[in-house]
Amino acid sequence: MNGFLDVLGRQVLAVSAALGGLALLVRASFYWLFRSRLELRQTLIQMAKIGADSLPVTVMTSFFTGMVLALQTAISSQRLFNEPLFVGTVVSFSMVMELSPVLTALVVAGRAGAAIAAELGTMRVTEQVDALLTLGTDPVRYLVIPRFLAFMLVLPLLTVLSDFSGTAGGLVVSVMRFGIPENTYWHDIIDYMETKHFYHGVIKSAVFAFAISFICSYRGLSTTGGAEGVGRSTTGAVVASMVAVLLLDYFASSILVAMGIP
Amino acid sequence: MIQIRGLLKSFGRRPVLQGVDLDVGTGETLVVIGGSGCGKSTLLKCVVGLIPSDGGTIIVDDRDLRSVHDEAERSEWRGKFGYLFQEGALFDSMSVWENVAFGLKYMTNMPHSRYRRIASEKLALVGLKDVEDLKPAQLSGGMKKRVALARAIAASPRYILYDEPTTGLDPIMSDVINNLVLDLQKKLGVTSIAVTHDMKSALKIATRIAMLHEGRVLAAGSPEEIRESRDPAVRQFIEGRSMGPIGAV
Ligand SMILES: Nc1ncnc2c1ncn2[C@@H]1O[C@H](COP(=O)(O)OP(=O)(O)OP(=O)(O)O)[C@@H](O)[C@H]1O
Ligand SMILES: [Mg+2]
Repeated sequence: MNGFLDVLGRQVLAVSAALGGLALLVRASFYWLFRSRLELRQTLIQMAKIGADSLPVTVMTSFFTGMVLALQTAISSQRLFNEPLFVGTVVSFSMVMELSPVLTALVVAGRAGAAIAAELGTMRVTEQVDALLTLGTDPVRYLVIPRFLAFMLVLPLLTVLSDFSGTAGGLVVSVMRFGIPENTYWHDIIDYMETKHFYHGVIKSAVFAFAISFICSYRGLSTTGGAEGVGRSTTGAVVASMVAVLLLDYFASSILVAMGIP
Repeated sequence: MIQIRGLLKSFGRRPVLQGVDLDVGTGETLVVIGGSGCGKSTLLKCVVGLIPSDGGTIIVDDRDLRSVHDEAERSEWRGKFGYLFQEGALFDSMSVWENVAFGLKYMTNMPHSRYRRIASEKLALVGLKDVEDLKPAQLSGGMKKRVALARAIAASPRYILYDEPTTGLDPIMSDVINNLVLDLQKKLGVTSIAVTHDMKSALKIATRIAMLHEGRVLAAGSPEEIRESRDPAVRQFIEGRSMGPIGAV
């Protein structure tokens, strides 16, 4: 019993310390964001990296997700109504409001987030972070802010791309497998979709970008203990990012709904 | 000038620095010697402010490190120093010349167009040429060390902290580096602290030598005084014997 409480207490302390450290990192980032020149070149490099890293997986994931959504929807409505109805509506709404932002965030966390944690972790244990400090550069400004900004720009973009590719996946299955006319599919979407549905997903993806970039940067920069430590930081960063995405998804959705952005 | 008084630092329960007192006059090169793991690198990192000390004072240019609070002041403090890391700490995503020129952007007002030329000049000072476009991973250990040295001195700092400048270099290259350190001190009046195990190098570059042992300064004096010292621990260290008051095991 004591042992259990001991372990529990330690875990609670570790999580609190991490959250505190994370909050300090966010604060330091905003401090530098408004007080120093932006590292434009680093930001562009990071945008290119995140985009190139995650684009193929994102597109493929969402395309297949759109396909499977169309399949399930068409089969269910065939059972109920003897014909596939509203397939475009279901596919596009599911993608735009929920699946694109979440799946893209999970893919990017596993790809670009892991890369950030590993890179910053290696820089930490080989004293490159200290070297930045002695050369007059703050690591938050030089390393964290460019990654944060790149995430905030690229993740929503990837999410929009994923909206399109998911919808396209649904279209392929609807037309080829169920013989739904292309026009019907598009009308099922256009007749119901409004810009605010689209914003709902994009805003959520920005929230995820914020969380993933800071969690992975923080885990990277707080790495200790050589190569083993870098491995630990990387897996830890990915798991924490994914959990954060799924938790924040619920809260962000309910706040957005309360604000009238359904 | 650098003044260190009663410096304390522990890692967890392991005390490393237990009241270090040191003075480095302007234009001096203080060489710190001492056994492996006795806290020499830790001392340098405390001075430059990379790790916080647990107590004691560090005064540089009449300014106490404890009075440095916000990020801008900390950055200004660190900017006074050039720092050679024991393991080099080169940025592995950048080429050699970008590494050397890195500090110029943040610590000088020099125009961009001159960075590459200055990097080449500094590399020539440490005996390297035609390596500008290589990546650190393509260099040998001794070359990395020298690139790191070129980077540390690139922005012409008034204070330089060297963590083992000649470790891993052949005897000829060691002498090139010793002469470079001497030149920086004599011609530019740079104030430095150099950590080394290499007694030959220590005796050549030092204006003063201090020996660190068990978290304190065991002996300090001119190179001659240290060479003639009667302290058994100092004798054991400079003669490199395993038997003596400093337990080897
Ligand atoms: N980040 C750290 N965490 C915990 N202990 C540390 C840390 N850095 C150094 N130490 C410990 O502090 C002591 C002094 O380390 P330091 O690197 O200053 O030694 P050193 O005198 O530079 O040795 P060497 O000559 O081998 O480079 C060592 O016992 C080391 O184990
Ligand atoms: Mg050392």
